[in-house]
Amino acid sequence: MSLRKLIVNKTMAALAVLFTAFASTNALAQEAGTAATAKPIDMGPVYQSTLFYVLLFLLLCLFIAIVGKALKVYELTRETQGKADGINWNLVNGVLFVVFLAVGLYGVYWEYAVHGKMILPEAASEHGKKIDEMFNVTLILTTIVFVLTHLALFLFAYFYRGQKDRKAYYYPHNNLIEKIWTIVPAIALTILVLMGFLTWRSIFYKIEDPNNKPLSVEITSSQFQWDIRYPGADGVVGLKNYKKITAINNLGIDFGDKNSLDDQTADELVLPVGKPVRLILTSKDVIHSFYMPHFRVQLNTVPGMTSYFEFTPTITSEQMKAKTNDPSFKYLIICSKICGDSHYKMQKPVRVVTQAEYNEWVAKQVPYLTNDLRKEFHLPVVAEPVSAAATAATDSTAANTVSPNSDVPAKTATKQTAIKK
Amino acid sequence: MSTISIQDTHHHGTHDDHGHGHHHETFLTKYVFSQDHKMIAKQFLITGIIMAVIAMGLSILFRLQLAWPNESFPILQTFLGKWAEGGRIRPDFYLALVTIHGTIMVFFVLTAGLSGTFSNLLIPLQVGARDMASPFLNMLSYWFFFTACVVMMSSFFIQTGPASAGWTVYPPLSAIAKAIPGSGLGMTLWLVSMVLFVASSLMGGINYVTTILNMRTKGMDLWKMPLTIWAFFLTAILGILSFPVLVAGVVLLIFDRSFGTSFYLSDIVMGTQILPNEGGSPILWQHLFWFLGHPEVYIVIMPAMGISSEIISVNSRKPIFGYHAMIYSLIGITVLSFIVWGHHMFVTGMNPLLGGVFMITTLIIAVPSAVKTFNWLATLWRGNIRFTPAMLFAIGMVSFFISGGLTGIWLGNAALDINLHDTYFVVAHFHLVMGSAAIFGMLAGVYHWFPKMFGRLMDKKLGYLHFWVTFTCAYLVFFPLHFLGLDGVPRRYYAFTEFEFMQKWVTVNVLVTWSAIIAALAQVAFLFNFFYSIFKGKVSPQNPWEANTLEWTAPIERLHGNWPGEIPTVYRWPYDYSKPGADEDFIPQTVPFSQTMSSNLPHDFEGNTIAEQVQREWDIANKPADKADLD
Repeated sequence: MSLRKLIVNKTMAALAVLFTAFASTNALAQEAGTAATAKPIDMGPVYQSTLFYVLLFLLLCLFIAIVGKALKVYELTRETQGKADGINWNLVNGVLFVVFLAVGLYGVYWEYAVHGKMILPEAASEHGKKIDEMFNVTLILTTIVFVLTHLALFLFAYFYRGQKDRKAYYYPHNNLIEKIWTIVPAIALTILVLMGFLTWRSIFYKIEDPNNKPLSVEITSSQFQWDIRYPGADGVVGLKNYKKITAINNLGIDFGDKNSLDDQTADELVLPVGKPVRLILTSKDVIHSFYMPHFRVQLNTVPGMTSYFEFTPTITSEQMKAKTNDPSFKYLIICSKICGDSHYKMQKPVRVVTQAEYNEWVAKQVPYLTNDLRKEFHLPVVAEPVSAAATAATDSTAANTVSPNSDVPAKTATKQTAIKK
Repeated sequence: MSTISIQDTHHHGTHDDHGHGHHHETFLTKYVFSQDHKMIAKQFLITGIIMAVIAMGLSILFRLQLAWPNESFPILQTFLGKWAEGGRIRPDFYLALVTIHGTIMVFFVLTAGLSGTFSNLLIPLQVGARDMASPFLNMLSYWFFFTACVVMMSSFFIQTGPASAGWTVYPPLSAIAKAIPGSGLGMTLWLVSMVLFVASSLMGGINYVTTILNMRTKGMDLWKMPLTIWAFFLTAILGILSFPVLVAGVVLLIFDRSFGTSFYLSDIVMGTQILPNEGGSPILWQHLFWFLGHPEVYIVIMPAMGISSEIISVNSRKPIFGYHAMIYSLIGITVLSFIVWGHHMFVTGMNPLLGGVFMITTLIIAVPSAVKTFNWLATLWRGNIRFTPAMLFAIGMVSFFISGGLTGIWLGNAALDINLHDTYFVVAHFHLVMGSAAIFGMLAGVYHWFPKMFGRLMDKKLGYLHFWVTFTCAYLVFFPLHFLGLDGVPRRYYAFTEFEFMQKWVTVNVLVTWSAIIAALAQVAFLFNFFYSIFKGKVSPQNPWEANTLEWTAPIERLHGNWPGEIPTVYRWPYDYSKPGADEDFIPQTVPFSQTMSSNLPHDFEGNTIAEQVQREWDIANKPADKADLD
């Protein structure tokens, strides 16, 4: 009779597999993929290995069914012998909860110890340090609560597992205890809220230090790139208007505004250490998110709305390389708001350097304004002494350091850079 | 199959005499266009399960991509065609997968599948009503939901593919067809589906609220309702007040996409093509979306909380600890959930002052959540716990709710959110607290009320297998993801190949993907158990869990009208388990105090002086006997 049942079970197992053919084939495709190489694929081996894994899963189902049958037979024999229930499932599950608790707590410890070491290095900005402090307080507090509540949950499950001769304790409420565990979390959260609120305010409401005025840099996001605009010698990023965007003026800079004339383009974001930076964040097409994890800086860039984030980098790239013991360490701008199919590629390198290095670097950066743009904006075109070589760095250095207070923005011409498209 | 040894209950067979078949039901009116709340509940449940399996399959697909970004899986091309050319999922299809996975799970599984199933099943049965207030509206609610599912799935069969702007469909990405292929027809279908879904949800919600307010049986005052009903009631109110806002948002988005308005669009240039839209704001969509979106996560979790409360109490054989506190915390969550939506928008560039305000409201909402958790723990304390599969899942729900809830304290803190926003930390957080916890609440409910739905029991051992594998794997999947987030890895990345610092997480992704695959396979145990037990499961006794609530007094056989003859009267709250002095460790709500003189407590009479007098006299008369019993 049990053999007949076994056969029934097999058909049941087969049915179960059919139900989830979808899920299982996905699981199996991995091996299938490695087995078969790319190019015009011979699907024969792929199907074969897929079938192999389906059968393997069927076998597993069969095994489980047999174990289930065996358990049932065992329980039935116990029952016919008039003994107590075959398996005390309350005990089994209670013990499993304790095992889960022990293994789980070790797992959490392992995660904190191993993966916890792989997370971001210390914050490389002033406000980031405050965020990291908050982070640590919150981490400690939540970890304590996490461990205590789970100890209670799983140990209660074990100690108060059902037993025939016991009766539960009728305990519908205790107002004092309930008040305590309403007020204690409320106080803890009030502290966190206050800390968070003050930190938040200190990040977004900055009082300007007249001796250390922030450097303004404009960031424009578009699918799937970041464009950086430095303000030039006047320190002011000029106006722009999306309606002025053309193939050669990809940001729509309004060169009718004098402040725009000396604005510079850059391939990377280079920042002087210890100097506040005021980021002007804009977007051309969809919403992106300007995210510099190492500086604890993130703000969305929204088309039609300019937003600002001010922060002060405190650790240069070189120092960070030493601190992280990673010679290839790089600060990055990444996009963290879904923005299209190449969202996962959108990035720009960032370098934090000393003020001297910065001065040297910024002098070499090329102005946005080219002769083509001059024509477009009816500005005097400047003769071109050097042919448009991509590395005419020394010439443009000389040009850019001059203050652009006249209508002719630079006394010598700059190279024609094809604006990065 | 089943080895559950339940003591047969005493009520069995007392209802054999009810009239069968006094309505003539055709196949169509019984199984398809049914107006019986129990059948509608089953329809919601099975549709929900199917959608859950689909969404789970989608998640396995994108987990494959994340774990083995450089491998090719030729078998995928067989199934997906051009979406996986050469056996590799395309980036835009990857985004479509995460979008549809999120949409299905949040709306179709955890809103309709959860509320739709259990509100429909339990509200009339637990408050003592013959059916919903408006059975016809109820039927419409299901069929709108079904249509919404069909429309959503149909987007897999169109040229440009399903919506792929993330489940939050932020414009302009979702508004401009050129921005991503999924924002073509696929997005239109998404929006249409959503309008249908909200209509369904509203029809359901109105029904739930009216039924609970107007159709309770005699004696069932609000403070005698089980916590499940309280949870469904408040969930329905949340839905009614917040879902229409989503429709408003969706309609404006449809206008922007199809009729050239500029509600959400302004100053946009695609490449060098300057769009004519002016004056709109993409942030408006986020406000409208999250005005629903945040209550939505409570719409998802509150029924799970109610279900778990009930199951934990029944199986601990103890009254739920702090019944009133549980209700007040639910009310607190309901009210507060309307004023916290801005915490999804801390870094949108919205005025920082608002960020501060939303941080305060957000962290306040943690207080009622903490109270609920402590009350569950106190309910387990000194209980006599029966580990039915339902109980295991309810305990799992509490565990996930703690783990995921605590990280909410991080994300609700605007200062910390700056660096955690849109990273894997968020993914880990909400998959634990609203994904896993709510799914576990739902599964607990399925195991617990399966006998009520189908008159049979699900297999216990397969339930244990299902629970332990799923519970372990869910933690293995979501716990490590926190650390990716702490390393600044953004979510919705097609591959980690473009950044050097992400390379170290690929091995973690392999672990996560394997855990997800095993968890998915474990659901086979559930699916098999579920569908097999519908037809072949062990026949259930009338009150298999020895529970107090009203639904277990109804006959096992499906009966339009729920109770033959008169609807039972309710005398007491639903949590009189293991009351000292009582013969049994449970006293159903329908048992009057006059039958339980030995176990009555002064508090039970709620200030009814006559009853107290009677009890006092009885106590005096019986005290010696009582003493003797105790000795």
